Amino acid sequence: MRSPLARAIGLGSAKEGSERWWAERVSAVALVPLTLWFSASIIAHTGSDYATFIAWLRTPLATVLMILLLIALFHHTALGLRVVIEDYVHSGVKIPALVALRFGCSALAVAGILATLRIAFGG
Amino acid sequence: MMPSPTAKRPRPLSPNVQIYRPQLTSVLSILNRITGVFLSVCAVGLVIWLVAAATGPQAYVAVQGAIASWIGQIGLVGATFAFFLHLCGGIRHLIWDTVHGFELRSIYISGWTVVAGSIMLTVAAWVVSLLIEA
Repeated sequence: MRSPLARAIGLGSAKEGSERWWAERVSAVALVPLTLWFSASIIAHTGSDYATFIAWLRTPLATVLMILLLIALFHHTALGLRVVIEDYVHSGVKIPALVALRFGCSALAVAGILATLRIAFGG
Repeated sequence: MMPSPTAKRPRPLSPNVQIYRPQLTSVLSILNRITGVFLSVCAVGLVIWLVAAATGPQAYVAVQGAIASWIGQIGLVGATFAFFLHLCGGIRHLIWDTVHGFELRSIYISGWTVVAGSIMLTVAAWVVSLLIEA
């Protein structure tokens, strides 16, 4: 996202980080339709029983969109919380907190995706 | 070697944020961050809910019961408002990223649009949800 000249001169306090800034925007753009679809679907399923909800999540469109939502959501969460930690945590906890955040977001995304796939392909 | 004259002088500090009068711009800025952190917690809830649904009807009913409790409902209303505020605030940020809307007047118009839009979307979501349930 930086021009070759900007990269060569290397000015600016951060020197790097434009890739993460850009990834946060891309995931934000992806999350606009995905979260609106999710909200509308959840509202439409108000009061639905287990079988109805499972039948909905098993439809190919819902399965695909739910997995895409989980990927974009936890990518965006990791990027956003990373900045929050970098801004407010200055003690020795900072690096462990950043590592725990990365691990946590990856684990939650994988758990959510596997749960969705198990519902989609389960007996 | 002469000690640097600036070495013993305390470095200037920027004024603490507490002494500023809260303004729409600053309040929305920090609210975008606070709602982001809160929605991260809600994202954990989403995974718990999906894992419960994959586990079976009993686990799913237990999680649905927790959501249906009054604490769960308050949390869900908060999550709905936080979601729409972060969504609208995020779209405002994306517009700013295109280098548009930085005039003071535009900033206040978009700011109040975010506030009004988030409240209206939250109310609309719950009205539709309660109508479907009824």
